[in-house]
Formats: sequence, structure tokens, C-alpha cells
Amino acid sequence: MLTPFESQALLLSLEVAARSVLLSLPLAVAAAWVLARVQFPGKLLFDGLLHLPLVLPPVVVGYLLLLAFGSRGPIGAWLDQVFGIRLAFTSAGASLATAVMTFPIMLRAIRLVIETIDSGLEQAAQTLGAGPLDRFATITLPLMMPGIISGGVVAFAASLGEFGAVITFVSNIPGETQTLPLAIYSAIQTPDGEAAAGRLAALSLTLAFAGLLLAELAARRTRAVLGR
Amino acid sequence: MLDLIVKKQLGEFRLDVELDVPQYGVAALFGRSGAGKTSVIAAIAGLLTPDAGRVRVEERTLFDSSAGVNIPPHRRRVGYVFQDARLFPHFTVRSNLLYGYRRVAAGERFISFDRIVQLLGLEALLERRPHKLSGGEKQRVAIGRALLAQPRILLMDEPLAALDAPRKREILPYIERLRDEIRLPIVYVSHALGEVLRLANHMTILEEGRVVASGTPESLTRRLDLEPLMGSAQAGALIDAEVVSHDGEFQMTLLRFAGGLLKVPELALPRGSRVRLQIHARDVALATERPRALSIQNILEGQVSQIDATQGPYAEVSVAVGESAIIARVTRESVHRLGLGPGTQVFALVKSVAMDTDAWPVPPAGMRDPSAAPAQSMSQAKGAS
Repeated sequence: MLTPFESQALLLSLEVAARSVLLSLPLAVAAAWVLARVQFPGKLLFDGLLHLPLVLPPVVVGYLLLLAFGSRGPIGAWLDQVFGIRLAFTSAGASLATAVMTFPIMLRAIRLVIETIDSGLEQAAQTLGAGPLDRFATITLPLMMPGIISGGVVAFAASLGEFGAVITFVSNIPGETQTLPLAIYSAIQTPDGEAAAGRLAALSLTLAFAGLLLAELAARRTRAVLGR
Repeated sequence: MLDLIVKKQLGEFRLDVELDVPQYGVAALFGRSGAGKTSVIAAIAGLLTPDAGRVRVEERTLFDSSAGVNIPPHRRRVGYVFQDARLFPHFTVRSNLLYGYRRVAAGERFISFDRIVQLLGLEALLERRPHKLSGGEKQRVAIGRALLAQPRILLMDEPLAALDAPRKREILPYIERLRDEIRLPIVYVSHALGEVLRLANHMTILEEGRVVASGTPESLTRRLDLEPLMGSAQAGALIDAEVVSHDGEFQMTLLRFAGGLLKVPELALPRGSRVRLQIHARDVALATERPRALSIQNILEGQVSQIDATQGPYAEVSVAVGESAIIARVTRESVHRLGLGPGTQVFALVKSVAMDTDAWPVPPAGMRDPSAAPAQSMSQAKGAS
């Protein structure tokens, strides 16, 4: 049904998206909690910085990643020396680029849910003998679940389509960094590639739409469990 | 049982409360909204940290600014029933009830799950989610959850304020059972005088962050100077009485109180039962001679002790009757006409029908018996920890 070229791009996309969500989810949960519950100087700036990828041209994000995480970039060189992790021109780098780009989407979904959680519930748990970590694990985190699930699924679907930051940071290498949108781009550039591009585009559309539906269903399901 | 000094600046509001409640049972904090009642119990629970002061519950110091003691809320073992229940929406009623219970070592538990379920009538609710409960049911679960955390004191912050009148009537008997059966010290915050008079052994009136008066409800309801704070429609002496006999033919009950005998419409209580009732000042008339041929049945002889004539056309007259006292509201003109003053011999006329609505079981005046079961297991728990 799919040509080797197409299935390679599809599998790579799913892998990159999955790793990107795994990377950004814990950070988004932490950041959303901090933004919703902690007051500190410079909060507005912090908030803006986290949302920057939403409004910055993706190619600029890719370029900044290249500066920082490229093989000669300060963080990239350190990661390579200490852990032997290379990000430039690798699928790991593609995951980082999509994680950065989809981070604000996830953050917003989780934060919206945290703000609906009555902080009085945490106080109640406190008077019932639950310490800070206990409260977070048994009350706050479970109540954040609708946001975490819908944020995660939407971010996953968006990761499948990330183009600008990926191609700038890790280039377009078949089997390593050539995800679905990059494969579509390559197909269009190739003579007689329109048919392949069309099939890949249809695949993309299906995945993205399924992701959105899944996010909505999951959110409804958890809301029903929580009775809200 | 409770000894606290709390000083705290909250914006423009200054809280400066000193309180020493010696006896067990229900200690009520009464006052208008914004008087600082909730802040006081939040300080007991540790949800609010005073700028200075100390909080001691049953000889255990929870907070002391001078000694640098501040036990975090989750280690205070203070049960807190919030006005808005605050049940965990993702747990069933059973899991809500067990939340605090599971966080206490088995050897330190003195209130069992089954006992609370039975006491609060929660059996049918256990597998439900909080959003399927009525307001009254939620509040019952919240009370049970707080008690199962095995607290050393129970704080109740307007637990009935969010409920309608029928729900209030549904919950009050449960709170009375807690008071009488669990025998845990309870601090009960309310701006509803009726609830306080019905439940409390001890009462503290707060106004603008300060204690205005503190004592038994009986003594405070007799103080004419406190009437503006309690609400003049509610004014009237509280009386604890005992059922002497019933008259089946006329459906009347005879009560004895420290000031004599009272006849009231029949109470469905056995002889010897103790009841608490309030004689509203507006239902009491005064005469300087014993009236004859009168429909009013209760005529109590006494002596005027105090008159407060500062409120428009009305005067509040406090009359000492035997060991007790009642308050009458008459017009200032009548006071003048009858020549009433401190020491005047008077007859207080109390309409029997005026007392038919509110007669409550008396809070057990007997402070906690130190050999009672909960106290014992509590001291064992202390020894074990």
C-alpha cells in the first residue's frame, strides 16, 4: 500500500513525534504548574519566553537551535563531549526541534486545566495529612489529566507536521531526519513526484485529524470521570 | 482545650485575638462576615501563619512565634470542615473518606471507618462520586473525611452556610451526635446565632478582628450590651431545662429550669430529658402586680437587674428569676409608666406558644470524662509515637 519511501517517512515521523512529546510533557507540566500557582518577579518575561515559538518564524527557531545545539554550539559541543549525544542532522535533533515548536501548545492546554482546579482542594488534602509531594501526586496531577492528555495528543499531531524548524536545524536526510512534511517537500521538488506528494499529504491529513478527534474524546472521557 | 493568641495584619484588616477555651465540647466563634472568624481557625490549622502569637491545642503547641515553633499543616492532626465541602472530585465517597485515614498509622487511629459511616449515615453513598451528591450529603462526607483523619480537634467553618433550611435541619442532628458521641473538641464558626445557641458549650463573639465577649451561651444571651452584635430580632435568654411531666389532655409539657417552672406545648421527649430553649425577648411582657384571669400561663416572679433603653422606642429589661434570668423587650414608655428600675419586683409573662419551635437537646455540660475511650486511645497514641 505504501512505498518504502513513504513508510520510512511515516515511521520516522511517528518516532520523532513520540520522542518530542515525551521530552516536552514533564517540562510543560512543571512550567504550567509554576505559571498557575507560583508568583515570582519576572514571571511575565518567563511566560513570554515559553510562548515565543508560537509567534517566531520556525526557521528562526531552527537557526537558534543550530547556534546553541549545533556541533560547534556551546550546548551541542558539551552534549557531544559528555554524553556522546549528537543533535545536529540526527533524528534526536528533529525531536528537539519539534518539542520546542509544540511546547507552547501543550503548555496552554495544561495551564487552562490547572486554572480550573480549586486550590482549596490542595488545602483540604493538606489538613488531611498530605505533604507537598503527596498532594501533587494524589490531587493536583490526577486533576490535571484532561489537560495533559489533550495537550499531549494535540502536540503529537502537530509534531507530525513540523517543517521549518526541523529542516533548518537537522536538514532533510532520508531515513534520519526526513519526516512526512519534509518528504512531501522533496516529492514536490522531484519531477513526476506529484502523485507521491498527494498520497503523503492525504496521510498527513488523516493523522492530524485523527489526533484532534482523539484529543477531544480523551478530554471528554476524563471530564466525565471527574464529573465536570 | 484551646489556648491561642493570634496577631496578623491582613492588608487593612488587623486580627488580634486572644482566646482560652477551658472546656470540651463545642466552642463557637460567632460574628458577622469579615469579623475574622475564619482567619482564627485557619491559624489553628496552619493554613494562615500569624505574625505573632501561639496556638495550643490540648497542651500541644502547634505554633509559637517566640519559640520558633510552626508545625506544618499536614502534621498538625487538625480536622477542617470547609464551608464548600471541598471533596476530591476524582475519588469516590469511600476514597474521599479514607484519604486522611490512610495517612495515619494504624496504632494512632481511634475513630473507625464503620463507626463514621454509621454515625453520619453514609452507607448508601460510599460508591458515588462527589458530583452526584446533594449539598447536605457532601457536607456529611466532608465531616466524615475530616474525622477519619483522626484529628485532635475538629474545626468547622460555617458548615451549614451554603445549605438551604431543610438541609440545615438534616445536618444539625449529625453534628449534635458528633459532639455527644465522638467527644472531640470542636471549634464551630458561624454567623447564624440559632446554630451557635443550639450547639455550643462555649461561645466567643468576634468583631473587627477582636474578641468582644467570651463565655457560656447562657451568660452571653443575658448581656444586654451584646444584643446589637447578636441581632435584636434574635435577642433573648437561653435556658437549659428538664422535662418534668406531660399533660396528655391539653398536650402541654412542664419544664423546670433554674428560675422555676415553664409550661410549653408538648415536647416529644421522655421525662428527665434536658432541653435548651431560647425565650425571645419580644415574647416576654412585664407587670408590676401578679395578673389574674390571663391567657398567658407562665408568670415568673423576679427582680429587674438591668435596663437598656438606648434603642429607639424600645427597652430591653433583664430580669433575675431565681438562679436564672430572662430578657424582656418592652417600650421605653412602659418602663417609664411602670416606674421600672434596677431592683423593681416584677412578674415576667411568657407566652407558652412562643416557645414551641425551638427546643434542643442540651449540650452535655459534662466536659469530657478523662477516662472516656477516645481520650485513652489518644494518650496511648502519644505514648507510641
